Amino acid sequence: MGNTVPVTDATFEDVVLKSTIPVLVDFWATWCGPCKMVAPILEELTTEYSGKLIIAKLDVDENRQTAARFHVMNIPSLIIFKQGKPVTNIVGFKPKATLKKELDAALA
Amino acid sequence: METQEEYELIILGGGPAGLTAGLYAARNRVKALMIEKAMVGGLAVYAELIENYPGFPSGIGGIELGQLMFQQAEKFGLKSLTAEVSGLEIKGERKIVKTSEGDLVARAVIIALGSERIQLGVPGEKEFLGKGVSYCATCDAAFFRNKDVAVVGGGNSAISEALHLAKFASRVSLVHRRDQFRATRVFEERARQEPKISFLTNSTVDSIEGKEFVENLQLNNVKTGAKTRLSLSGVFVAIGQRPNTAFLKGLLTCDPVGYIMVNEKMETNVPGVLAAGDIRANSIRQTISAAGDGATAAMFADRYLGQ
Repeated sequence: MGNTVPVTDATFEDVVLKSTIPVLVDFWATWCGPCKMVAPILEELTTEYSGKLIIAKLDVDENRQTAARFHVMNIPSLIIFKQGKPVTNIVGFKPKATLKKELDAALA
Repeated sequence: METQEEYELIILGGGPAGLTAGLYAARNRVKALMIEKAMVGGLAVYAELIENYPGFPSGIGGIELGQLMFQQAEKFGLKSLTAEVSGLEIKGERKIVKTSEGDLVARAVIIALGSERIQLGVPGEKEFLGKGVSYCATCDAAFFRNKDVAVVGGGNSAISEALHLAKFASRVSLVHRRDQFRATRVFEERARQEPKISFLTNSTVDSIEGKEFVENLQLNNVKTGAKTRLSLSGVFVAIGQRPNTAFLKGLLTCDPVGYIMVNEKMETNVPGVLAAGDIRANSIRQTISAAGDGATAAMFADRYLGQ
């Protein structure tokens, strides 16, 4: 099924900021219920958006630098990066259909 | 799922009500399907620790309890589907459930879709979502270490969020529009004993303000009319819930707020359609009451199917 890419403070630059295609980063943590709700949806979306969008996951507990750098104050926060810049921040759990609408708008 | 597979019973929602209904239906060998849009557990997944569900004297995490209920129902053969429910049609005996994965048909339906948290509806709330406004203290408290925050609300969720935030924040103001709290006494007493929590009663929020991030909360004292400004970095909204009944489009009899009216058997005004848990009118909206409703609904759904 899914193919989300784990990223860390150390790999964020290479995987996310230098990517040639847009990257959605799921800022999450183990203690967060809605993060667990959104996780399987993201796994499904890796297939549906294959080639158009990379979906990465960053554990905010272990990677506080990156979370602080992008002022993450809520999780799950799904931040879409285009050419190294954050363009959209989707905050909180959204059902799959809603999430896809927001993704399509951001990628258009 | 293109085909209209016939089930005896479809349960809408995988919170404590839906999962318990599923457990009882599966044990009665009813051909049942449970539909959940995300993860099982319902609103309980937002609870860090549930201390009033009998059988767990040390409390149990909301996520964990949901998972255990799901395992138990699956063990007896409950089938489940991940989909969003968008509509319900009644064609006599046939109930058609419209979902994001196609239409499904059953003879009986239990609606256990629960409620969702409501927003304050004040200026700044939408603008600062993700910039200091939050609806989940268990998720976001850690981002407010040594900062000042407020929780808006007066029920159990508000008190529990304030107590959780007090572990991280330097000061937690509990803003409530009345002078009495609706929360369980034990909970309120615990909050009163927590030195980091201060109580701002008879107060409503006029607006949430800041430049890039939340900086102030404008408060209005409903008794005196006095306006005050509270400077802080985070606002947690916990003012209550609203039932997820919009998809019914007036099909069932509801109370003025939209909660589904049921009798003591959890039956609605449409034969074969039952409702259980937070979504029904006059529910006390607790995990235990939702579970109880689910069991009742499954029993009377079974009786309907046997007629």
